[in-house]
Amino acid sequence: MQYAKPTTAAEAARLLSAASGVTRVLAGGTDVLVQLKAGMVEPDLIVDIKHIPGIRTLQAEAGGFRIGAAVSGAELGEHAALCAAWPGVTEGAQLIGSKQVQGRCSMVGNLCNASPAGDAVPGLVAANATVRVEGPNGTRDVAVHAIPASPGKTTLQKGEIITSIFLPARAPRSSDAYLRFIPRSEMDIAVASAGVNLTLDAAGTITAARVALGAVAPTVLLVDACAKAIIGTKLDATALAALEKAASAACKPIDDKRGTIEFRTKVAGVLARRAAVIAYGRAGGKL
Amino acid sequence: MKTIQVATTINGDAVEFVCAPDEPLLDVLRNRLGLTGAKEGCGTGDCGACTVTLDGRMVCSCLVLGVEVEGAKITTIEGMATGNQLHPLQQAFLDHAALQCGICTPGILVAAKTLLDRNPNPTDTELRYWLAGNLCRCTGYDKIIAAVQDAAQKMRTA
Repeated sequence: MQYAKPTTAAEAARLLSAASGVTRVLAGGTDVLVQLKAGMVEPDLIVDIKHIPGIRTLQAEAGGFRIGAAVSGAELGEHAALCAAWPGVTEGAQLIGSKQVQGRCSMVGNLCNASPAGDAVPGLVAANATVRVEGPNGTRDVAVHAIPASPGKTTLQKGEIITSIFLPARAPRSSDAYLRFIPRSEMDIAVASAGVNLTLDAAGTITAARVALGAVAPTVLLVDACAKAIIGTKLDATALAALEKAASAACKPIDDKRGTIEFRTKVAGVLARRAAVIAYGRAGGKL
Repeated sequence: MKTIQVATTINGDAVEFVCAPDEPLLDVLRNRLGLTGAKEGCGTGDCGACTVTLDGRMVCSCLVLGVEVEGAKITTIEGMATGNQLHPLQQAFLDHAALQCGICTPGILVAAKTLLDRNPNPTDTELRYWLAGNLCRCTGYDKIIAAVQDAAQKMRTA
């Protein structure tokens, strides 16, 4: 195995493009090293991207935030302005692993691991976040929602890496929330999850909404029917019931050791409803 | 496999070592540098027995490659006592019998110190959440919590 630490994204793309064998991109390593230990993968080349300028930087940009691909969960949680603007995104990212894992794990790593249960992803999809992809054919910005292809697979092409995430500027009276169900209080993988991002008008009527569900389909779902169920409402009981029903209707889960199809379908609806209530309150709405 | 030379700082001392590119920092510490305080429990970041700090952040050393720590500052359990003078956390673990087999203890001490450096007066709930990534199969945790709180109280009034 070879270890490379390129100092530009172009060099990383060149190394990954030219490699003939199995490659892994290393940021926080909290998935890659587990795969190595388990013998799931024997890479010929590991490309450590942490020496690329900007990859560990979190900064304001165009009224929003640009978050480098290797910024850790702990660093996100300590950034007061980011947590105030995007509480749902940051609470999702901080649910990953232990405090030790938080010292290294990144949202981009969680996205590229491409588990449907990744706790950082529904919040980012609900936020309409984009990622900057750099590769052999240059640079492009892509919606987070378009990155996962299927469990463990992304839509990134050979030689491409994600260098940062962009969270856009916030309209007034906007906020978000993320909830997951796990059978214990810490250190577990979501059985079902929901991220909700809302904007209200001055009267408390929802003018924009994005609802994303995790662990209930091969990739994180962005559910338009959930948004339609609550836009134009003040999140009254009828709207909440419609939201819950739309969320459950969108689920296409599997049965596995963490939960049954029936359980996941039910719980995803409950979580969407509860996350919407939290986001609504954070955005200044009164129920 | 070609080995790579790495220069780093461990517990304030400049250290150089060579390691294989796929060798975890934990194996470097234990097998190449004789720093056997950090333990391998699971090897996959679930148990916290291998906890060290890397540039001030608490990490599982089983989830860090040795080659990644070039130029970094690492602290391990071996750097906690000052000569023969135990750190208040170490003394409190003895006073409260907060360990039985001891495998998890170095990781818990490093994790607890990292918390107290940031928050000298944590609630029990904050402490339990902070230590959620450090598994102990012997004590049932209550004595660990009592020991850390006792040490925290002594450190606040020292």
